[in-house]
Amino acid sequence: MSGQSLSVPALARGTPPRRLGLPRNLGAARRFVVPVLLLLLWQLAAQSGLVSTRLLAPPSAIAAAAWQLIASGELGYHLAVSLQRVAIGLSIALVAGVSLGLLAGLSRLGEDLVDATLQMLRALPFLALVPLLILWLGIGEATKIALVALGAAFPIYLTLFGGIRGVDPKLLEAGRVFGLSRAGVIRHIILPGALPQALVGLRYALGTAWLSLVVGEQINATAGIGYLVMDAREFLRTDIILVGLAIYALLGLGADQLVRMIERKALAWRPSVLGER
Amino acid sequence: MPDPVLRLSRFTRRFHGPAAPPVLDRLDLTIPAGEFVALLGRSGSGKTTLLRTLAGLDPVTEGTASLPARRAVVFQEPRLLPWKPVWRNVALGLPGEAAVTRQRALAALQEVELSHRATAWPLTLSGGEAQRVGLARALVREPELLLLDEPFAALDALTRLRMQSLVGELWQRHRPAVLLVTHDVEEALLLADRVLVLAAGRLVEDLAVDLPRPRRRAAAAFDTLRVRLLATLGVDENGHDATARAA
Ligand SMILES: Nc1ncnc2c1ncn2[C@@H]1O[C@H](COP(=O)(O)OP(=O)(O)OP(=O)(O)O)[C@@H](O)[C@H]1O
Ligand SMILES: [Mg+2]
Repeated sequence: MSGQSLSVPALARGTPPRRLGLPRNLGAARRFVVPVLLLLLWQLAAQSGLVSTRLLAPPSAIAAAAWQLIASGELGYHLAVSLQRVAIGLSIALVAGVSLGLLAGLSRLGEDLVDATLQMLRALPFLALVPLLILWLGIGEATKIALVALGAAFPIYLTLFGGIRGVDPKLLEAGRVFGLSRAGVIRHIILPGALPQALVGLRYALGTAWLSLVVGEQINATAGIGYLVMDAREFLRTDIILVGLAIYALLGLGADQLVRMIERKALAWRPSVLGER
Repeated sequence: MPDPVLRLSRFTRRFHGPAAPPVLDRLDLTIPAGEFVALLGRSGSGKTTLLRTLAGLDPVTEGTASLPARRAVVFQEPRLLPWKPVWRNVALGLPGEAAVTRQRALAALQEVELSHRATAWPLTLSGGEAQRVGLARALVREPELLLLDEPFAALDALTRLRMQSLVGELWQRHRPAVLLVTHDVEEALLLADRVLVLAAGRLVEDLAVDLPRPRRRAAAAFDTLRVRLLATLGVDENGHDATARAA
């Protein structure tokens, strides 16, 4: 709207200055300039023999390997196995994290019983439990799923509990004055008030879920993206290893987008979300 | 004289245990139905403490209080639920069918001239609009006693003037008994039938304001009352602390 010259009052009013260079709608494309350049360099380095293709497959080989894995249905199969582990693990984490979070958040008794215990357990890095889990659950699916569930349950519990306790007491008071019952206060004030925090926890939980999956799938798996990677290592197939890594990255990204989408819908009232429109 | 909606007798409130000095000390207060009462007092004199008890937020431990069943509060901050659109905030906690409460909420919003913002998110409202929603949320309950805790304190001077006349109009239309806590002597004299001053835990002034409505600040009688109230509050006309100067 305002001209190209940036007058001082315009700046003082906080009008964002126009960036120089690429026009605005190319702003998103601009972010990919450096990654694409890096890929090109990588490819060139491999073709010129600067980097051994045995140790690091070039992007072209990775793409070819990916295509092969897709065409043969192998990738789809292993992906489905991995996704299933995450889905089951996350579901368990959600049920456990949400019910314990509600129990501790909504009642003092619940807090005394649950919170202190969980805070102690939280001090333990959950990946350190792998040897015990293997002893208890064996090296099959149960261990992998338990690992995902353990990793994801804590962030869900912690943020939900914190979110519930962080609800503005002035709003709780207003609810009481305007005649809400305890159930009404929980439903109309406490739960929606805790939701932003809880969604941060969900995003974090998804992150740890992938991490647990990576670790879990390196334990004697016979299927899954992790198995694909470990198997490829035996045959020095760095192209397949890199395909596996890319899949992990894409899954992580997809999960993040999913939570963002939920946030946009569920937290439409927040000014930061309003501003994005 | 109409029946009182509110009766406090020897009401005492202490924080920090029964031996602590009281913030409110054996207060007696009766407010008849439909009367507009303003409560003045220095910062920390216990105005909010009194109002919280009348709202039912704090228990009565010493003395007795009889309160009407239908009470409503407008707080100093709007205290709207940011995750509910404006009209749902107004309808919050109303008993009855959804369609009916929605109609009532919309009617209340119309009274505060905010129909066009009924579906907006509270965080997009201006300070004055948010306070008007707070007012609508109180009005929709058809209170017998309306408690206002410095509802205009955070607003700019012009918005405050508009809000004051809005409150005056709404009171004349619905006739709840009102207890308005304020720091502003002129605001009290513009709106109230009766002005109370709270100091050291006691009501040290109970002044009937018999000026014709609508009131004019320029009127001589208005000024006389203003000077008198300022003196009770310990402030002289130029805003200096009279007690401090005397010392
Ligand atoms: N929950 C509490 N615990 C301890 N002391 C309190 C509590 N609430 C209020 N007080 C004390 O009671 C006194 C009266 O406080 P109150 O908030 O009623 O004052 P006020 O007249 O509303 O002041 P202001 O005009 O600044 O709002 C103050 O000394 C305050 O510190
Ligand atoms: Mg106060």
